[in-house]
Amino acid sequence: MGNLLTANHLRAYYKTVQGEEIKAVDDVFLEVKEGEVLGIAGESGCGKSTLASVLSFTILPPLYLVGGEVMVDSKNIFTLEKEILRRDIKGKYISVVPQGAMNSLNPTARIKNFVIDIIKEHFPEMTKEEALRRARERFEALSLPPRILDAYPHQLSGGMKQRTVTVISTLLNPNILIADEPTSALDVSSQKIVIKLFVELLKRNIIKSIVFITHELPLLRHFADRIAIMYAGKIVELGPMEEVIFSPRHPYTKLLMSSVLVPEPGMKEKKIEAIPGVPPDLKNPPSGCRFHPRCPSYIEGICERTSPELIEIAPSHRVSCFLYGGKDVA
Amino acid sequence: MKDMLILLFRSKRFIVGFILFLSVLLFALIGPILNPRNPFQMVGGLFSPPSNEFLLGTDNLGRDVFTQLMYGTRTSLLIGFTAGIIATTIGVSIGSVAGYKGGVIEEVLMGITNVFITIPSIVILILLSIAIKTRSALVMGLVIGITAWPWTARAVRAQTSSLKTREHIDIARISGFNTFEMIIGEILPYMFSYIFMAFILQFSGGILNEATLSMLGLGPFQTVSLGVMLHWSLLWEAVRTGAWWAFIPPVICLSMTTFSLMSMNASMDEIFNPRLRRG
Amino acid sequence: MSPNDEVLLEVKNLVKIFGSGKSAIKAVDDVSFSIKRGEILSLLGESGSGKTTTARIILKLLPPTEGKIIFKGKDITYVNDRKNLLDYWREVQAIFQDPFSSFNNFYSVKRVLNNVFHLIKNNISKDEKEERIRESLINVGLNPDDVLNKRPHELSGGQRQRIMLARILVIRPSILIADEPTSMIDASSRAGILNLLLDLRKDYGMSVMFITHDIGLAYYTSDKLLIMNNGQIVESGDAETIINSPKHPYTIRLLSDVPVLNRKWEL
Repeated sequence: MGNLLTANHLRAYYKTVQGEEIKAVDDVFLEVKEGEVLGIAGESGCGKSTLASVLSFTILPPLYLVGGEVMVDSKNIFTLEKEILRRDIKGKYISVVPQGAMNSLNPTARIKNFVIDIIKEHFPEMTKEEALRRARERFEALSLPPRILDAYPHQLSGGMKQRTVTVISTLLNPNILIADEPTSALDVSSQKIVIKLFVELLKRNIIKSIVFITHELPLLRHFADRIAIMYAGKIVELGPMEEVIFSPRHPYTKLLMSSVLVPEPGMKEKKIEAIPGVPPDLKNPPSGCRFHPRCPSYIEGICERTSPELIEIAPSHRVSCFLYGGKDVA
Repeated sequence: MKDMLILLFRSKRFIVGFILFLSVLLFALIGPILNPRNPFQMVGGLFSPPSNEFLLGTDNLGRDVFTQLMYGTRTSLLIGFTAGIIATTIGVSIGSVAGYKGGVIEEVLMGITNVFITIPSIVILILLSIAIKTRSALVMGLVIGITAWPWTARAVRAQTSSLKTREHIDIARISGFNTFEMIIGEILPYMFSYIFMAFILQFSGGILNEATLSMLGLGPFQTVSLGVMLHWSLLWEAVRTGAWWAFIPPVICLSMTTFSLMSMNASMDEIFNPRLRRG
Repeated sequence: MSPNDEVLLEVKNLVKIFGSGKSAIKAVDDVSFSIKRGEILSLLGESGSGKTTTARIILKLLPPTEGKIIFKGKDITYVNDRKNLLDYWREVQAIFQDPFSSFNNFYSVKRVLNNVFHLIKNNISKDEKEERIRESLINVGLNPDDVLNKRPHELSGGQRQRIMLARILVIRPSILIADEPTSMIDASSRAGILNLLLDLRKDYGMSVMFITHDIGLAYYTSDKLLIMNNGQIVESGDAETIINSPKHPYTIRLLSDVPVLNRKWEL
């Protein structure tokens, strides 16, 4: 199974009116494999939503691409012409369900009108009837009642809206679906139904892989194949789900996992630890390893000098931490 | 606060409005001090056109129009200001209490407000002006003010209703604040810029209302205002005799004043509103 | 420290209906429970379950349509005079979800701490007030000189919630209602706030009632759970028992839908 997308040394910054740079995505390395669910986890402000924008090529001021490449089919898509990008890549190769998408549906339009607009933008020759037929087929195939198409957004529950938005973003059978916090505003039961839909989309080969962005690690335990942990604009750990959840290597991942609260026996005896300090200001991130001011394993003289590389410490498991090597570079 | 002011002064539209208004203000306040003439004194020929001696000519009774304009603008500004203060105070009081208390009190207050809104204020203004025996500038300002508050009351009530849902209100309540303390301390600060803009609008509206009343002959006694000047031109047929200097200048002054106030208001709206939405 | 048997607050057959006629909504439907001294419990439910409305009624921010609230043996349901309200709020307080909108952004954070002296007996000197505020801030892990004169937007979410906790420490109520106190705080700071909340019982014997949708948090913190759905309490009891052997179908479904770590969903 090959890589559908590879990001190398990706950098994207926000430039404020005052001329400051917010380094939201700073030297990110990532790959998305065919057939997998890749989870990207991190706290708010770590840059994961910006990463979603960059990977789906929605880079608009004040966000600017500052460096790096995103390879699709051995071509760096940032070197492609804007027109080709818009026509062939956006929505078709990669589709994104942004955060809060379900609340951005036009309240005065029926769902079917929204669907027709999207289809016709990519297939202008298609008739309205044909577009609707396709949409209905797809909804039925995914066990969504076709009556949704005739409804207005306010008539649908949160879970239904999110499923609708998800199905619509996959109408053109994109290879990669990026979903940014799709279930944060939903209750647990709706959340599970939405996740089931994602899995169904993959099973039926409607999409080839999913990038699922969330701050909730336990959720990823249930359906991610690999997890990337993001901190202050960088990927600090990337590996198979079981490894990242049950034997995390990076000190930040360890602390994150130890502060997770789940209702299972034994949880009550656990004493959860806070991570001291506050998430860093991305305008002026700490020197060297960005986590060093809060890290319990901080090594003076090394960690604040340079940023550690992502090193492979086990098959497919990479960590960016001097505890595991790379000290000679510092 | 400081950063908002900086943003305001970067806006071209605000600067234009501000300078215009400042000019009108200086004209009306400093002018009478520097100008030794009396607006009511007959000093020249009847309806004589502008000349070196009388910059804007004379009116039907031979009085200096330029001097009238100065004193007139001053009076109009005073009336508008008074009306603005009164309308805003009444509107904010009624609106904030209605919005904060809710329930029956809100229904009653808003009911009263709605009645006032549906009756054309000009009708009330005319009736009140006729009924009152003395019509000084301040009394006029008062009369205009007490008919202009409903709009402000409604807007303030809406703002208050939505601010009420903020958690800091709950915290203040369970800290034992009473209604008065809540409204003054917790709600009004959030509406300050809004109230200020409402005042500017009422100020400008007050000036126009005064002009309307005065043109109908219901203006202040023994004072000259922009509206009174217009009234005189109408009465003494300045238009027919071609004495444009008797009515064009007050019209320009009125327009400049209201335009500059509205310009400043529009710029303030742009700058203040995103904060209101966010806060 | 485990709760003793003294019942501090009793909620009896509470009903709250919003609107009237066809569009009436029964947000709280015959809810009854009690809070004992030193007890930590959670009112657990999804959004729309009625838990927040119940909390607001207990805090006397909202009157009930029917039912009673009995505090230390006294029926305070419809009590409305200033003296009794102040007495009540001295004993029953709250910390809310949004650390940003809990503050009046026009003033420094000092004000929200000073304001509590509205509630407490007024014969305290200015110096003593300052001393109590400083002490409370230190107890929640904040340096008074660092934060007192700052405006809310200059502090992080975690710091703001700590200030709200310091406010509670100055008042020392017997019951604290904590409405989703950590849902808007980033994960790194969450544990610190939660541990402080749990210490309130350990150090001051305070009863804490969490209002939350987060089952993990409810289980971790509480002795007792009250599961709410559609305005009703569908199951209540000891936290351990409910999590290990839930009885009501709603609870069972809820627990099977929550993402846990020790077993995987069948998807």
